[in-house]
Amino acid sequence: MRTINADDIILPIADKIKHSLTNVDGPTLEALKKARDTESSRLCRWALGQIIENDEIAARDCAYACQDCGQAVMFVSVGQDLHINGNLTDAINKAVEKGYATARKSVADPLTRINTGTNTPAIIHYDVTVGDKLTVSYLAKGAGSENMSKVYMLTPSKGEDGIINSVLDCVKSAGSSPCPPIIVGVGVGGTMEVCATLSKKALAVEQNDKRDDVARLEKRILDEINSTGIGAQGFGGDVTALSVHVAVAPTHIGMLPVAVTIQCHSDRKFTAEF
Amino acid sequence: MNEKHNSVDNIKSYVLPLSDSDISEMQCGEIIRLSGTVYTARDAAHKRFVEAMADGKTLPLDLADAAIYYCGPTPAADGELIGSCGPTTSSRMDDYAPTLIKAGLKVMIGKGKRGSAVNEAIKKHRAVYLAAIGGAGALYKNKVKSCEPVAYPDLGCEAVYKLQMEDVELLVATDCRGKSCLK
Repeated sequence: MRTINADDIILPIADKIKHSLTNVDGPTLEALKKARDTESSRLCRWALGQIIENDEIAARDCAYACQDCGQAVMFVSVGQDLHINGNLTDAINKAVEKGYATARKSVADPLTRINTGTNTPAIIHYDVTVGDKLTVSYLAKGAGSENMSKVYMLTPSKGEDGIINSVLDCVKSAGSSPCPPIIVGVGVGGTMEVCATLSKKALAVEQNDKRDDVARLEKRILDEINSTGIGAQGFGGDVTALSVHVAVAPTHIGMLPVAVTIQCHSDRKFTAEF
Repeated sequence: MNEKHNSVDNIKSYVLPLSDSDISEMQCGEIIRLSGTVYTARDAAHKRFVEAMADGKTLPLDLADAAIYYCGPTPAADGELIGSCGPTTSSRMDDYAPTLIKAGLKVMIGKGKRGSAVNEAIKKHRAVYLAAIGGAGALYKNKVKSCEPVAYPDLGCEAVYKLQMEDVELLVATDCRGKSCLK
């Protein structure tokens, strides 16, 4: 059985968090540039240009790409043949505290609103998988976009059109608030909490074995979102979303849960394997 | 390529405080370049402003012809003036803004659309709402030439700071005729 020390992951994860907060995800930056080159609205081209300039300044100057450095959402998958010495959850929280040492601390008690001062605790979702690896995926989740996320408990007769209409309802009601152009995570199936988690996992973790019908659904949803005319920053344009990521799970014969997580263009994330 | 896309031709420059003719000139949907003094304030500071006004107390800033930037920066790194400082969602200040506009506030800078009560107050008192780009905190950090604390240090990133900003490109989102151009 392979063994690792929980404490050995603290520094690497802290360093990756720091790097992510000043370096927007590469494919997202590429998508922003492509959007700027194809956008027909003058105002949206300006907005996209300012965003790209911002992301380049952030990387060059090691400045935070956005002042809202977000709550740390972690998807952790633990191989069942791996033994971890020490406390994994503590190690992840120590990494988050270190990684956010000079960042804005945005975590507070929900009732007293007193800030924890460390940006912890992280939101941690654990999965047990086969093998002997530990995989940690991180997503910085800001409030502007997260406040616009929603769950729709549809019934099966609503079908694929119902899923698409739910996402459109969520995106339209969000309008300019989540800092478009957005990235959209959609969880379909499972139960209420499973589809909500899937909608976020779809944004944080790359899916390698995507079904063809899921890929087609993503394309349909993306085209519909980009027909809304919301555009970058809600200035009215062609590119409202950069990409859509759908994850599915089997559900009850009497249910069709759909969850939508909206992610802003400041897409800060990484996946690390130990 | 970058130059062509990132720049907008014939941008008018303005210096704060804005005169009434500056404000009249600004048209909804126009991109402008702004320099001068702005005060940062977001949810918690707005609540205190309005409570202080209701109690007849003096505010930590003179609202007459003032500009407020809805912003809660990241802490400044050693040797720097300020951290990343992009706009926060303006609509969260909608419950407070009409009171401040009535008291003389002329310029609000933030992100996202405003409610109809704010747009009506803007029209009635000839103010203007300017949209900055959400998620561009590093860009605006470099536009800040000085930063001094003004009030409410206990609020942390929500404290009020007086910033001198230089050449910030902004969109006129609600002009003094109450016309708005955000979705």
